[in-house]
This record gives sequence, C-alpha cells and structure tokens, in this order.
Amino acid sequence: MSLPDTDYDLIRDELGRDPTPAEGELFENLWSEHCAYRSSRPLLSAFDSESDDVVIGPGDDAAVVAVPLYEGDDETYITFGIESHNHPSYVDPFDGAATGVGGIVRDTLSMGAYPIALADSLYFGDFDREHSRYLFEGVVEGISHYGNCIGVPTVAGSVDFHEGYVGNPLVNVACVGLTTPDRLVTAEAQAAGNKLVLVGNATGRDGLGGASFASEDLAEDAETEDRPAVQVGDPYTEKLLIEANEDLVDEGLVLSARDLGAAGLGGASSELVAKGGFGAEIDLDRVHQREPNMSALEILLAESQERMCYEVAPEDVERVADIAEKYDLGCSVIGDVADGNYVCTFDGDVVVDVPPEFLADGAPMNDLDAVASEPQERDLPEADLTEAFEAVVGSPTTASKRWVYRQYDHEVGIRTSVGPGDDAAIIALREAGAGLALSSGANPNWTSANPYEGARAVALENATNLAAKGATPLAAVDCLNGGNPEKPAVYGGFKGIVDGLADMCRTLSTPVVGGNVSLYNDSVSGPIPPTPTLAMVGSKAGYDAPPAAFSGEGTLLLVGEAGGALGGSEYLAKTGGTDRFPTLPANPAGLVAALAAVADDESTLATHDVSHGGLAVSLAEMVTETAGADVELADEIALFDETPGRVVVETTNPEAVREAFDGVAPVTEIGAATTDGTLSLSVSDEELVYDAASIAELRDVIERELE
Amino acid sequence: MTIAVIQFGGSNCDRDAVRALAHLGIDAERVWHEDGLPEEVSGIMLPGGFSYGDYLRAGAMAARSPIMNEVREAADDGVPLLGVCNGAQVGCESGLTDGVFTTNESARFQCEHVFLRVENAETPWTRAYDEGDVIEIPIAHGEGRFEITDEKYDALVDDDRVLFRYCDAEGNVTDDANPNGSTGNVAGILGARETVAVLMPHPERATLPDVGGTDGQGILRGFTSIE
Repeated sequence: MSLPDTDYDLIRDELGRDPTPAEGELFENLWSEHCAYRSSRPLLSAFDSESDDVVIGPGDDAAVVAVPLYEGDDETYITFGIESHNHPSYVDPFDGAATGVGGIVRDTLSMGAYPIALADSLYFGDFDREHSRYLFEGVVEGISHYGNCIGVPTVAGSVDFHEGYVGNPLVNVACVGLTTPDRLVTAEAQAAGNKLVLVGNATGRDGLGGASFASEDLAEDAETEDRPAVQVGDPYTEKLLIEANEDLVDEGLVLSARDLGAAGLGGASSELVAKGGFGAEIDLDRVHQREPNMSALEILLAESQERMCYEVAPEDVERVADIAEKYDLGCSVIGDVADGNYVCTFDGDVVVDVPPEFLADGAPMNDLDAVASEPQERDLPEADLTEAFEAVVGSPTTASKRWVYRQYDHEVGIRTSVGPGDDAAIIALREAGAGLALSSGANPNWTSANPYEGARAVALENATNLAAKGATPLAAVDCLNGGNPEKPAVYGGFKGIVDGLADMCRTLSTPVVGGNVSLYNDSVSGPIPPTPTLAMVGSKAGYDAPPAAFSGEGTLLLVGEAGGALGGSEYLAKTGGTDRFPTLPANPAGLVAALAAVADDESTLATHDVSHGGLAVSLAEMVTETAGADVELADEIALFDETPGRVVVETTNPEAVREAFDGVAPVTEIGAATTDGTLSLSVSDEELVYDAASIAELRDVIERELE
Repeated sequence: MTIAVIQFGGSNCDRDAVRALAHLGIDAERVWHEDGLPEEVSGIMLPGGFSYGDYLRAGAMAARSPIMNEVREAADDGVPLLGVCNGAQVGCESGLTDGVFTTNESARFQCEHVFLRVENAETPWTRAYDEGDVIEIPIAHGEGRFEITDEKYDALVDDDRVLFRYCDAEGNVTDDANPNGSTGNVAGILGARETVAVLMPHPERATLPDVGGTDGQGILRGFTSIE
C-alpha cells in the first residue's frame, strides 16, 4: 500500500514541494483509515459523549469519567478505553492479542492512571474449524500471558463464534484505570521549550507499517507476508513501565504523555504536540535503538512495544532518567516541544518538516456510498424442541467460557468482587465506596440480521448486564468493527451499527466517551458481520450483587418485554430459517433503572439477564447441583427469543417487583425455583427435563473439545 | 514492627499483600529489591507476580538477586518469611525451602478457587486453624506443580513440614482436587525452620471481607504469631 495520488497531491500543495520518503510514510500511516478514521469520522458525530460525570471525552488516549461518590469525599476518576488488534491477531494470534492488551494499558498510563481491569471481546470463525480453534487458543493464551504478567485482572468479556469471522477474527480489548483529579495527565503538549522524553523499550524494526497494514483487507498470504507488521510484546517491560509511570506521576514530572502505538514515535510525538497547538524539534539519532543502522523512516514508524513519550520540564529531565534507570528502562531525550513545524532531523539532515496540525488532522474524509440491507421476514423452521434446546445450550457461542477465563488472572489487585462468568464483573472502588460494574460484548447474529436494531440491542444488553447486578450505567466505549467500507453494502451495515449504538446509548443517557474503529476486516472469505463491541461501566453503592445462580427458594419472574420474534437468534443459527428482529422495549431507560433497584432488594435471591440463546440458556445457566426450576412457557418463541432488556429474577417478594416495574415493563411469573438441581421446562405441550450434570455436559463443550 | 514486602521487577501482588496485611492491622511496606532489606524488619514477604518476567524459570532470577542474600540471612536469624505464588517459586529457587514449583499438568495458567486441607496446625502460619480444617483460597499460576525427590518428600512428611494439601470441599485429598498435578497434592510447605513458609495459593486474596472470602487471614496472621 502506498499513499493515494490524491493525498500525495494534497500534501505537495500544502508543503510546496514533494514530500521526503520519511514524510511520505508518515502521512501514509497517520492518514490511514486506522489512524485518521477517514471513512468513519463522518458517521461518529451520531454519538453523544457528554454527561455531568465525563471529565475527558473522545480524542485523548483514554476517556476520563468521575465516579459517583458513595462514601467519603475524595474525588475518584476512572479512565476507560478500548482498542482492536484484529489483523495482527490473524497473522500471529499469540503476539497479536498480547500486544493489543499492551496498547490499551499504555493508553491508561498516559492519562496518569493505574490500570485496574481488562475486558476482552473476541470473535472467531465456526468453532468446528481447526483454524478457528488455533486462532482462539493462541489469542486467549496471548491475552493470558500478557495480562497476567502485568498484574491487571481480566474480569469481563465475551467470545462469539460465527462463520463471518473465518478469514478475519476480532480481538477487542477494553481497559479501566484509576486516577484522581490531581494525578490526571492528558496528551496535550503544554509549552514550547519542554523536553520530549522517550521511556521504555529500545526501538527496533518491528511492527513496521502496522497502521497501514490495519487499513487494508487481509490478503490470502497475510499469515506469511504480513508477519513483519506484527509487533512482539514483552509484558515484563510493560510491568516496569507501569511502575515507572506511577513514580513519574506521583512526583508530578509528567506534563503530557502519549503512548507509542500505531505509527510509532512519529504518530505519538506529532499528535501530542499538535493537540497542544505546537510543533517539535526531534533528533532521531537520540532514540535508543535495538538494532544497528536503522533508517530515519524505521525509527519514526516502528511500532516496537512498551514505549511512552512524555513532555517533561527541562529541569526534571534528570529525575525522569533516574526513575527510568531504577526500572531498567531505556530513556532518551529526543527533542523539544517547539513553536512552528513538526521537524525531525537524522544524521544532520532534516528528514521531516511539516505543519503538525496538517499531519494530525489534515487527512481528507471519505464520502462513501451506503446501502442498507433488507430486513428479514418470518420463515420459521420445523424444529424438534429437544434437539433445538441441546443445540442452543450446547453451542460454543452460548456455552460456558470457563476454559477462557480460568486462564486469565481475574483476581489480582484484590478488587474483584464479582468475576467473569456473571452478567457483569464488579470491581471494588473502595476509594469511592463504589462497586464499578463492567460488561463488554456484541452479538454478530443480531447485527447480521439487522445492523441498526441489532446494535441497539447490543447497547441495551450491556446496560441490562449492569442493571441485573444493581449498577446504573455511567459511560461506554465502543469498538466498531466492519469490513471494507468501499463496498456499499458493508458501509451500509457499518452505518447501521453506528446509528444503532448511538441511539440506544442516548436513550439510556449513557455517554459514549471513546472508541476505536477497525475497518477493512475483509478477506477472501468476505467481510465480517458489522460488529459493534460495546464496553460499558456502571456504578453502585457497595460491592455485593445478587448471584446469577438459583437459590432454590423463590418465585421466578421474567421482567421486561419479549419482542416475540427470533431474527438474529442462536436458535435460527442452529436450525435455519429467518425471522424479523424482535421489537425492543419502548422504555429501556426506565427498565434499566427499575432493574438496578430491584436487583439490590433484599428479597431478590438471584438475577440473570436474557440474551444469547434466550431463556433456554439463561435458565440453564442458573441451575446448580442443589437448585433448579420448574418453568412453563407458551411456545418455542418464548424459549428462544433473545430480546434484551429482560432478566430472570428469583424473589421472595413478587409483589414488590411488580410494583417496581409498574408502568415501566411487564413482569411475568414463569415458575418457581426448586431444590432438586433440575430444570423442568414445559413448553406448550412438550416437557424438557435436564439435571445439573446434563446441563454441564452441554455447556462444557469448549473445555471438552480443547482439553 | 514492619513487614517488608519485597518488590522485584515484575512482582504484581506486592500492593495486594500490603493492603491485606494492613487490613489485619499488620504494618507492612513495599521494599524495592535494589534498596536492600531495611534494618529492624519484623518479617519478610515474597509476593506473587512474574519477577523478571519468569524468564529462564519462574523465580530463578529473583532468587539470585543481591537482596536474597540478606533475606536468607534474616530468615536464618529467625525473621519470619512467607513466600506466596511467585514468592514461593523464589523461595524454592533460593534454597529456603525444598522442591520446586514447575509447569502445571494442564500446561496452562489457572485462576480459580481451590480447597486446602490444613495438615499441620502447630505452625505460626496455621495456628489459626485446626488440623484437618478445609479452607478456600484462590490460586493463579501457570507453574504451581510441586515437584520434589522421593527422599526429600519423605523427609517433609516425616518432619511434618507440609502445611496444606489441595483437597475437595469435604477435605478429601484426591487427584480430582489436585489443580496442577503437585506431588502429594502439596500446596504449601515449611522450610528448615517453622518461621519460613511458602505456598502457591494466595492468602492475600482471601483476606478482605468484600472480595474472595476471609479464609486466608490466618496465614497472614502468622507474622504476628511468632515470638
């Protein structure tokens, strides 16, 4: 890939000369889809990103949100960001996924925050395929290796299998950090004359051109041809960087910071100074290097991992170097924040001399054609109920992900009060007396069936996950994944998920404070389904939440409105056929609020949301050796309908739940919990009976197949 | 009195250890390994994590860092020492305790809650329990399989230096309840003196009442139950 002719002409007109080779490469990477959001930015204004809690919205390395104080009066901020590492994870699943974790963690560091939680949403081709399993195992191992080593717990996430990801898996990683108002740092340079200091790993020839690699379709030979574009991470160095960053922030030595990610040093340093309205004078010879004879271009664009760029006052440079030395990290003073252009010299020659804001923000936007897909009509299959139940509950997409999260250290930091495997994780923010709930995911079946409604459903489902554990949504970040946007049908689907997420988040008054766009997830197997991963945080008083497992003592209520359709369901994915997408509830905000209140009522014994696989999966997941349920449903639509915004509530006080939802959403009694550890389902005139062991047998498919 | 929680490059449970000890009213501070052991420490904790990135072998490089000479001397003088997870690997690698902790039978990292049976309740680290008690404590390791020569294993058992064995909820020590393939289901042991102990499970993750239960408190209280 090289710079398009139209871009080249634009740059030549601006500079009044031909760009140098280094400038050409810099523009190619910084103006790539991955960095400049050329095809997506025109759509992203759909999002509302403000609320009273939002301190810093989109545009910095991570967003910053104030946590409501439930105890004490020390203001507490969280940072929140999300990133994709899709193409690298296809070419080299272990390193690609590992460095995805590293990148989003450094985005947290550069805000002056300490990383406290990770969530991963992963998407692979059909589980039956050997190549999908190879990618799945490699990605999970990469996340496990990196995340565990740096001591940041992976507490939430999702894994979906869908044929649309056969040629292009997705790895979306979100990170939450913790900071306070006085520690907050931004990526906005403060003053000319300050020093730019590069701390961390030495720069080598790894990850060259990663940003532009991420901005084109995956070629058939990508696994061999594009390996040099994939970075290799070293979590040990990242951990040292986390500690060094803490010391630097503690001592107030950081004036602004940006991590080195896509487009390497050239990207980070130019964006940092441009955001403050400055230029820079950088001497590339001063960058500490791992390999001999590197060219200016390589030093500028290598995506070597575990590096940070700091703006430091001249008198503090020595102290910064001492702290780097303490942690065995390389440190080089590479230049100054300056007025005027962004200038890089190498070996005595000026190799880059460009207006910084032109480099950072001058990329032209694409005006692409969008064609929306036709909604599906009802054409339901004649399926055997038992077979369908077992296929849906035993589907790798809905099955237990214990095999995955057992490999993630989800308790380091001793803040995890509810870990993975529940609707949402809860992190104890003792600083504010707040439980921070975190949920992350999307559903490719939904957004394939109907991009707009499917994305609305994804947003509502994440909010429902939080509310089912008693938390109120606070903010969200999105990772918008799509295929090649130059295909009108792909762009139409992408537009659908953007608008859908934006509309539902607005309805829920949940600001979308940051995000990431990953396009060109396209290969010889075709485009991926439009995939709007949403990570959402919410807060509640205290750290407790009702369990997702039956206690065996209560009445079972289903709260929320069923959409009465099966479009986008796991049921249809397994049995064939089509249907319209279920109608979403009319008052989702009221529903989420009522739910959060009910979840924390003392008469509530268990709560679990209804989503992938419908009630069939929710109920199966709630059964334990000692607690089961007797449930009666009208038909198979009621059993497999996946309309989000619904929760199974086991309660000793059904009347109180009805009152809480009065005028908000319907409450239906579906049966009672039992103490026999068996799920007994009566669906129209058929009976299904499964004990805990046979449910576990169905749900353990991933562990059984991979161990 | 202050417990020194030694922070190597790559340690990641050092803050957790200090927080958990503080919850029990035990004064503790993180000590950067290059700063050396403070004088007048009343105890030493080697925390979990990935010291030196687990490069070479888990715990091998930290075990050979200069501060470990001071740690060994202090331990020989009777200063209580507890190694947890990576700290247990460092303890074994540095010769403070017998055996080694190596790659799990599954060859994967495992983070989960396990049950431990208290084998000897007459040590500082187990005085809070009764022999045969079953406690629930999390593990989080990729290299936690305890391996030891038969001869040394027999000596451990004869000397009553096995602190905990992995068991099921009822206290049965079975293969199914052994998460990593450890010899004899051993999860934690004493060194040559009863003031030195290492274990793979994380007591600091089972100390704060708001997360993960409180079954690990008794182990950390070992620091205060030594004369």
